[in-house]
Amino acid sequence: MIVHKKPTSGAHIGAKVTVNHIMWQVVLALVPATAFGLWCFGWPALNLFVITVASALFFEAFCIRLKGKPAKPVLMDGSALLTGWLLAMTLPPWAPWWIGVVGAGLAIILGKQVYGGLGQNLFNPAMLARVALLISFPIEMTSWIDVSPLFFSQSPGLVDSWRITFEGMASFDAATGATTLGYIKTEFSQNHLLSEILKDYSGFLNFIGWTRGSLGETSTLLLLIGGIWLIKQGIIDWYIPGSLLLTVALLAAGFHAIDSQHYVSPLLHLSSGGLMCVAFFIATDYVTSPNTKLGQLVFGGGCGLLIFVIRTWGAYPEGSGFAGLLMNAATPLIDYYIRPRIYGRDRQGKPLEIPK
Amino acid sequence: MLSFFSKPRIQGGIHAEGHKAATATQPIVYTFPLPEKLYIPLQQHVGKPAEPLIRVGDKVLKGQLLAYSQGLISAPVHAPSSGIILDVNDYPAPHPSALPIRMIVLETDGKDEWIDTQTITDPFQLPPEDISLRVGAAGIVGLGGATFPTAVKLNMGRENHIDILIINGAECEPYLSCDDRLMQERAEQIIDGVRIMLHGMDTKNAVVAIEDNKPLAFKAMQTAALPYPQIKVMQIPTRYPMGWDRQLIRFVTGREVPVGCRSSEIGVTIHNVGTAHAVHKAIRYGQPLVARVITVSGGAVNRPMNVEVPLGTLIAELFAFCQVDAENTARIIMGGPMMGDALPHTGLPTVKATSGILALTQDELKNTDEQACIRCARCVSVCPAGLRPLDMANNIRINQLDAAVDLGLKDCISCGCCSFICPSNIPLVQYFKYASGEVAARQQAQHKSEQTKRLIDARNARMERIAQQQLEEEQARIAAKLERERLKAEQEVSA
Repeated sequence: MIVHKKPTSGAHIGAKVTVNHIMWQVVLALVPATAFGLWCFGWPALNLFVITVASALFFEAFCIRLKGKPAKPVLMDGSALLTGWLLAMTLPPWAPWWIGVVGAGLAIILGKQVYGGLGQNLFNPAMLARVALLISFPIEMTSWIDVSPLFFSQSPGLVDSWRITFEGMASFDAATGATTLGYIKTEFSQNHLLSEILKDYSGFLNFIGWTRGSLGETSTLLLLIGGIWLIKQGIIDWYIPGSLLLTVALLAAGFHAIDSQHYVSPLLHLSSGGLMCVAFFIATDYVTSPNTKLGQLVFGGGCGLLIFVIRTWGAYPEGSGFAGLLMNAATPLIDYYIRPRIYGRDRQGKPLEIPK
Repeated sequence: MLSFFSKPRIQGGIHAEGHKAATATQPIVYTFPLPEKLYIPLQQHVGKPAEPLIRVGDKVLKGQLLAYSQGLISAPVHAPSSGIILDVNDYPAPHPSALPIRMIVLETDGKDEWIDTQTITDPFQLPPEDISLRVGAAGIVGLGGATFPTAVKLNMGRENHIDILIINGAECEPYLSCDDRLMQERAEQIIDGVRIMLHGMDTKNAVVAIEDNKPLAFKAMQTAALPYPQIKVMQIPTRYPMGWDRQLIRFVTGREVPVGCRSSEIGVTIHNVGTAHAVHKAIRYGQPLVARVITVSGGAVNRPMNVEVPLGTLIAELFAFCQVDAENTARIIMGGPMMGDALPHTGLPTVKATSGILALTQDELKNTDEQACIRCARCVSVCPAGLRPLDMANNIRINQLDAAVDLGLKDCISCGCCSFICPSNIPLVQYFKYASGEVAARQQAQHKSEQTKRLIDARNARMERIAQQQLEEEQARIAAKLERERLKAEQEVSA
C-alpha cells in the first residue's frame, strides 16, 4: 500500500511558465535593441550599462539581506536584473557612473523594496528612477551624444571611455546635441515651422536607431521586433502596447492633418524618444498595470494620451516616463472600476434574472 | 464583426497537455479479477446516505439492494457482486482526509451471480414518471463526478418543462479517457440511454457535446445518433473546463444560468455520457449501478488502461492490476489532475464518482515552491467564472475573508485553472477552499453564539418572571397573613 501524507488540492499539474522564465524572456527581447545601442554609443555606454545593472543587483541583495533572507534565490528571479537593465536603457549613453548608481538605488530601494519587494510596488521602478534622475540632474540627463559606434576612429577607446564615465564627458572632445523631440521643441519656441525644422531629419535613420537618444531606446525597429516577439511568446498581451501606440498615432494623425506645420507626424512620434520602449516593456509591467483586458486597454490609451499631451503642449520634449508613472498611479482605480463579470451575475454582482 | 460584440460563449479556460493517448487508444479492459472483499460506502452521492437493510452474515446476489435511499435527495446502494456481508462499519473514505464513513463490507464468493432482473423491450411505453422511479431505484447518480441523484434531475427537468437535454461528453480533464472509450465502444447504448432520458423528461431535443480532441468518439456517436433526428451530436473546442456544466450550457445554448438557480430553471438539463449509459442498462436490463469504467493512468502506471471494476474495489488492487510503480508515485489522485482529490493512501475504495485514479510522478506534478505574486493577471484571464483570484488570495492571506467573499469567493468552482497557470506556484485553489471552509465555520460559530445568546436571554426573562411571580406570591401571602391577623384581632375585640 502506497502512503502519502500532506494531501494538497488541485490543480495537481501546471503550466511550465515560471517567474524566472518570464523575466528571462523579457531580457532576451531587450537584447537586440540594447546590443545595437551599446554598439552605437561605444565603450562609455557599456560602462554605464554594466555599472547600472550591477548596482541594481547590489541594492537588491542589500535589501534582501536587511530583511534577513538569503539573497541568492531572489536575485535569481531576474527581476532586479531586468529593472537595472531597463533603467540603463533609458539613460543618456555617456552619463557619468554615479547616475547609474543613484538611479539603480532609487529604482530598487525607493521604487520596489520599500513597498515590500517584487509584486508590491505601485510604480514601475525603472521609470520612477528615470523621472527622479531627470528632475534632480537635468544637465546630466539631457546630454545626448552623437552616434559614435564602437571601433570607429572618432569614437573613444577603452581608456578614454573610463575617463568619460568617471570624470565626465568634458574630458573627451565629443559632439553632443538635442534629441529629435528636444530639437523640435526648442525650434518651436523660436516660432519655426516644422518644414524648416525637419530639413535634415531622416525618418529611416530614426526608425533603425541611428540617432541621438537614450542608450537603448533609439532603435524603434529592434524594440518593435522584441516587443512583438514577447507577444508571440505569450509573455505580454497586445492590449497595452496596441492601445498606447494607436492612441498616440491617432492623436498625432488628427492634429497633423489639421496643422502639419505645428504638429509632428504620427510616424515621427512613433519612432522617437522612449515610446516603443515604454509601450512594450514599461507599460506592460505586470505589477503596475491593470489586470483585466478592458482595464489594460484603458491604461494603454491613457498612457498614449498623456504622452501626446506632454510632448505636444508640455514643458518636457518627451513624456513617456511621466505618462507611465501617472497611469501607474491610476491602476488601482482602474482595477476597482473595471472588473470581469462573474458568471451568472450582472456587472453589479447581482444574480441574473431568469429569462421568461 | 457583430459576433465580436456579442457575449463571449467561452470565458477563460486553459489548454493543458492531454496525456490521454496512453489510455484512449486501447479498448476498455473487462478482465479485472473479482476482488475478495468489496468496501461499499453508504454515501456515494450528494444528499443523505443510504440506510442499510441487510445484516452481517446475509448472503446477497449481485445487484441486490443493500441500502435504500432515504429522503428526497439520496440514492440506494446495490451489491456489486454475490457473496456474504462481512461487516457494516466505519472505514476510511475515498477523500483527502480518509476519515471513516459507514461502509458495507462484502466478501465475494467468486460466482458473480446476478439477482433476477427485469428486461424491458419497449421502455417508451412506460410513463415518464416510471423512468425516473426505475432510474432512482437503480442507484444512478451523475457519473461525471458531481454524483447528484439522476432521478431527481429527471424529475426537475420534467417539472420545469425543459426544452433541451445536453449530454456532456467533454471529458475536459487531462489523463481521463473513460468517457471517450465508452463513447467509442458503446455509442448505441449511450444514444439509447439518451432517448430514454428524453422520454423520462418529456423533452424533445438532446445535444451531445464532445470536445474536438476525441474525433473517434464523435464519429461513433454521430453514426449511432443518425436514425434519431432529435439527438444532435456536436463538437466543441478543447479547452478546460469545457465540461463545467454552466460553461457547456452557455456554449451550446447561449443561455447563462443565474447564480443560485438550477439549470432546469432556464430550460436545460445536463447529464454525463456515463450516466446515459447507466440509464440504458438500468431501464433495458434492470441492472442497477454496480460497476463503472475507470481510467487508471499517470507516469507511475506501467499498464495504463480503462478498466471496468465493481464499485467498492480497493485502489490498491486496481494499482496492482495496472502495475503501478510505488517508488515513483509522488501523488495518488482520484479524478482528474485539475479538480481531483489527492488521496493519502491506496486502502480506499472506488465509488460511483470515481472516473479515474492517477498515480503521478514528481515530474508531472506542479512545482510547489511558492514565490511572490507578480500580478501577471494570468489567473484573471483564465478564470471561467470571471473572478480575480489574485485579489481574493491577497485578502485571504491577511485574513480578510469578508473582502474575499465580496470579490466572489462563493462563485469559485475550484476548477484549478488559476493554480495551473500561476507562474509563482501559488496554490490559489487551496486558499479558496480554506477560506470557504473558514467562512462556513465562522457563520456556524456566529449562528451558534446567536442561538446561545437567545437561550440565555430567554432564561433570564424566565428567571425574572419566576422571581416576579414569587415576589407577588410572597406579597399576597403577607397580605393574607395581615388580613388573617386583622380578622383575628377583630374577632378578639368583638369577643
